[in-house]
Amino acid sequence: MILLTRKADFSASHFYWNDAWTEDQNVAAFGKCANRNGHGHNYTLEVTVAGEVDPVTGFVVDLKKLKDVIEREVISVYDHRHLNHEVPEFRTLMPTTENIAIAIWKRLEGKVPGARLYKVRVYEMADLFAEYRGEA
Amino acid sequence: MRAYLGRRYHFSASHRLHTDALSNEENRAVYGKCNHPYGHGHNYVIEVMVGGPVDAETGMVCDLPALDACVRKQVLESFDHTNLNLQPCFENAVPTTENLCIEIDRRLRRSFHEAEIVSVRVEETQNNSFEIEPDASAAGSAAGSV
Repeated sequence: MILLTRKADFSASHFYWNDAWTEDQNVAAFGKCANRNGHGHNYTLEVTVAGEVDPVTGFVVDLKKLKDVIEREVISVYDHRHLNHEVPEFRTLMPTTENIAIAIWKRLEGKVPGARLYKVRVYEMADLFAEYRGEA
Repeated sequence: MRAYLGRRYHFSASHRLHTDALSNEENRAVYGKCNHPYGHGHNYVIEVMVGGPVDAETGMVCDLPALDACVRKQVLESFDHTNLNLQPCFENAVPTTENLCIEIDRRLRRSFHEAEIVSVRVEETQNNSFEIEPDASAAGSAAGSV
């Protein structure tokens, strides 16, 4: 089995706020991320797929197709958007880096032709990232 | 759902690789320029990955400031801008990045309990990094005790 990783970038804004909590509780839990006007990041997405090398093409997966799937399912929806207000899954879900990794997994699962999704890693910044491997 | 959170930390320190168990000539042969008598330094990077269920209320695996505070207290405040050879933990162990990684891994596993410590990687330079296999860290440490 070979693992293959493709990177992509998107820029988006978000904020953290739990409606079930008071303002003080939100500020205590989320600090400056609770500013409801939002703030933004340049995110880097790493999508890793697993599969066998095709004996004819020598590929695990056609990189162009993988790039197109990532672009269609994720980048075109997330890039230059406010995640809380404009991306459906985050209307009711906190757009933390952890939840973004899980949401991207759900968007990509079963859509990569010829390979199995192995992990999704999302960098919010160079020193902070979250990863989801499809575990329950 | 189980997810993972990775965080990178930076510190700078000096060290000299030398062991009294070998002659000066043998030390030079084994450690090369890392054995130069007055030591040298690196900008180290620690990459900590923690794992656990995503909390339904916060959307997070763990409280990031708590992880930051733990790494700062257990590692950065001890090691940043110091000479590693003079640290108590390296009294009887050579401060190679292997031994440094073992020491940092052990300190964090002992001190951080909000989520599972999945891995601790220490980068000595951009081309050099060290990580302990989970089974190896469970078995104990090769570095000197603190």
